[in-house]
Amino acid sequence: MNAPFPPCGPRVSQERGQRAVFCGLTGIVWLHRKIRDAFFLVVGSRTCAHLIQSAAGVMIFAEPRFATAIIEERDLAGLADAHEELDRVVGRLLERRPDIRLLFLVGSCPSEVIKLDLGRAAARLSGRFAPAVRVLSYSGSGIETTFTQGEDACLAALVPDMGTSDDTSLLVVGTLADVVEDQFARLFADLGIGPVRFLPGRRAAEQATVGRGTRYLLAQPFLADTARALDNRGARRIAAPFPLGAEGTTLWLRAAAEAFGIAPERVAAVTAPGLARAGRALDRHRERLEGRRLFFFPDSQLEIPLARFLSREMGVELIEVGTPYLHRQHLAEELALLPAGTAVVEGQSLDDQLDRCRAARPDLTVCGLGLANPLEAEDRPTKWSIELLFTPIQGYEQAGDLAELFARPLVRRSRLEV
Amino acid sequence: MQLTLWTYEGPPHIGAMRIATAMRGLHYVLHAPQGDTYADLLFTMIERRDARPPVTYTTFQARDLGADTAEIFKEAVGLAYARFRPQAMIVGASCTAELLQDDPAGLARALDLPIPVIPLDLPAYQKKENWGAAETFYRLVRALSAPPAPRAARARRSCNLLGPTALGFRHRDDLREVRGLIARLGIDVNVVAPLGATPADLARLGEADFNVVLYPEVARSAAVWLQKAHGQPFTDVVPIGVGATRAFVKAVADLAGVDPAPVLDADESRLPWYSRSVDSTYLTGKRVFVFGDATHAIAAARVARAELGFSVVGLGTYARDFAREVRAEAEVHGIQAVISDDYLEVEAAIAAAQPELVLGTQMERHIAKRLGIPCAVISAPMHVQDVPARHAPQMGFEGANVLFDTFVHPLMMGLEEHLLAMFRDDPEFHDGVAPSHLGGRPHASPEPVAVAPAAAASITTPSAAAIAWAAEAERELRKVPFFVRGKARHNTERFARERALPLITVETLYDAKAHFSR
Repeated sequence: MNAPFPPCGPRVSQERGQRAVFCGLTGIVWLHRKIRDAFFLVVGSRTCAHLIQSAAGVMIFAEPRFATAIIEERDLAGLADAHEELDRVVGRLLERRPDIRLLFLVGSCPSEVIKLDLGRAAARLSGRFAPAVRVLSYSGSGIETTFTQGEDACLAALVPDMGTSDDTSLLVVGTLADVVEDQFARLFADLGIGPVRFLPGRRAAEQATVGRGTRYLLAQPFLADTARALDNRGARRIAAPFPLGAEGTTLWLRAAAEAFGIAPERVAAVTAPGLARAGRALDRHRERLEGRRLFFFPDSQLEIPLARFLSREMGVELIEVGTPYLHRQHLAEELALLPAGTAVVEGQSLDDQLDRCRAARPDLTVCGLGLANPLEAEDRPTKWSIELLFTPIQGYEQAGDLAELFARPLVRRSRLEV
Repeated sequence: MQLTLWTYEGPPHIGAMRIATAMRGLHYVLHAPQGDTYADLLFTMIERRDARPPVTYTTFQARDLGADTAEIFKEAVGLAYARFRPQAMIVGASCTAELLQDDPAGLARALDLPIPVIPLDLPAYQKKENWGAAETFYRLVRALSAPPAPRAARARRSCNLLGPTALGFRHRDDLREVRGLIARLGIDVNVVAPLGATPADLARLGEADFNVVLYPEVARSAAVWLQKAHGQPFTDVVPIGVGATRAFVKAVADLAGVDPAPVLDADESRLPWYSRSVDSTYLTGKRVFVFGDATHAIAAARVARAELGFSVVGLGTYARDFAREVRAEAEVHGIQAVISDDYLEVEAAIAAAQPELVLGTQMERHIAKRLGIPCAVISAPMHVQDVPARHAPQMGFEGANVLFDTFVHPLMMGLEEHLLAMFRDDPEFHDGVAPSHLGGRPHASPEPVAVAPAAAASITTPSAAAIAWAAEAERELRKVPFFVRGKARHNTERFARERALPLITVETLYDAKAHFSR
């Protein structure tokens, strides 16, 4: 399972050109819901504000914990002025929202290009508002991050801020829905692994500690910088595929159990009920998905684990698996499980990829919302990919829901008579 | 820097996309970082378009910064031309690319393509979406419209319809209504633009006798230029509401030299009769707050006052470019206009005005929901439900019918309201019965009698000092129907504050009622 490149693994190629992807700012939309006393202040342009409101949809009005400090003409005139402006905006914001404990200054393309030093601003503001509020910074700009990489940048910014402890512990890294997090916490407890902590925590004060005794398990495939930051603090990664589907969840749990010296019998006993339930749930959807040909456009880096789940557990055939970025080390276990010869494409040249997709006539195309309706109008069934970030999909109990997300567009097509 | 939770308008390049997406045979190459393609979603999801917007983004990344980005831009223009073979192209920069100082105009010129390539200069740190749309349309008209040619003598007069775009609030259906009116006046439509027009169509704009500007925000600057360049007069009476539609028909007929009577006499709107029918009596003097783009806000305020008999207690716009027009209209209603693109300011203004109905954008819908006030959407920005499948114009006589239904449905119908007042103590009509359009969310429990009034109204009157209510007065207040109770509480407290009364008694309550009764 640790062999990174089996002799006849997937065919990985790179592509460059126009990319139809979100920038890392989008991560705010789910991150702010996870860390409940954090606020995300984007320093950017009207475009950034417009993007977040378009992505957040109606959520924007439930006292949102994100906003944009829009850079104006006069901010572009001189940098010193921009820092004063930022201090003023942050002061006004924290006055309005005294419940905030953690403030992220989030860099954008404009703030990166004018080289506004948000790290320095965060340090300065932290000094001013400590101990009530901690201020951190990271970049969610499109020039540096693609979609879920915004979460990676955010979590990587949290790591230096974590307390130090060299005690043995398990750290589960990556935002999971609360319900999924609770399920995993129960499974780890049943396995006898502990203490188990999650990054990010649900509150700013709940951030886990890290040190030489920390073993960490990635719950998401897009956490390259976070993993590096954890490595620098002495933590060690447990290599595993990602907990999508019954098989992925089992392998993920088993990797953790092995690292903590848990007996295989106990792992089998603890995982058996979930595995059985997941199996029953998946059976219902296999009929719909088996033998279908799938095409993935790049979006979140979840594409490879999803493709693995769909091909191995649901029997789909993979035409092309696009990913915005491929971390070969973190994805090694996943790549090893993909069918030999699977076309994996890192990067994108949109129009060329659309040509390939049209020529291949897939039964289902996984893509973003900018492409979904236009492809549907060409009579090509699609599954919009963003939903996979907002819906609980990890673990045994969600395996059936995950399969259903892909089966539903096909079921719908078969139902409609107009 | 401006702290922004919500923005009414996108950046100016979104305006340019609205023009490009509205047209056919035009392609837009936008110098923009990876991620700016989010804008495609607005068109494919909110407007449910069945094709990608005709926009190529350069989607440069950090590793491309430096001399490379200019090269990427040139390559993108070349590839887009080769693939899409448009009749014309527009090129420009988004906010980040504006900072890079690559020169889209010069770079595109260097490629020497065999089609017109029109550079756009859209200052992203000063201007916004509607300005971007107007500027783009103006630049296109200026660049593409052929020099004035002698107009052929024709029996029928013809006009251009200017203004409808992609992602416009009800533009699709407005256009159908206006086309119908123009046709029945015996006038030909030469070109509709930008919606559905090609660059070749823009070249023919000069062939019309005059222009009809449907949305001044988008098309007035182009119309002014056409007047200068081709001597085409234009009308920008916006036909929203029965009165405005009649004025529009007259203005268009006037420019064409035809008789408006056949259209005016057909008298086909149901609004006037519905508004006169007795069930509408309860609408008299209903307090309404109107906010939106200038065109829709002004029109809705006029309809609300003159055609439905409401009182306009608030009027505003987020479009500073049209602040003058909105201020003038507010004066007619005897109020001060709210000119702001900060939705918290709009929320405060709505809370202070205590309206019974809010007519606004998607944002006001949420504000009204939060304040528990009925609301209808009359202007962009809108969400997907305001691009309906059914025919739902705002303009023309059918548009007036739509407006009547739209404004009235959120309010309780007259009979329902009457019954609620009459039987308010009956179990079926208790206070917990919320209007169904507010999500049917029943009030969890009746307000506690001893609630501190300032706390309950904290959002509306943050500076209000706490005024004590006598328990008896509080009980009496609860006999006021819940849908006007907030206003009664507000008025009574204001009355008490103005007179420095330490305690609100039953007497105070009725004194205030007498004082404020309309």
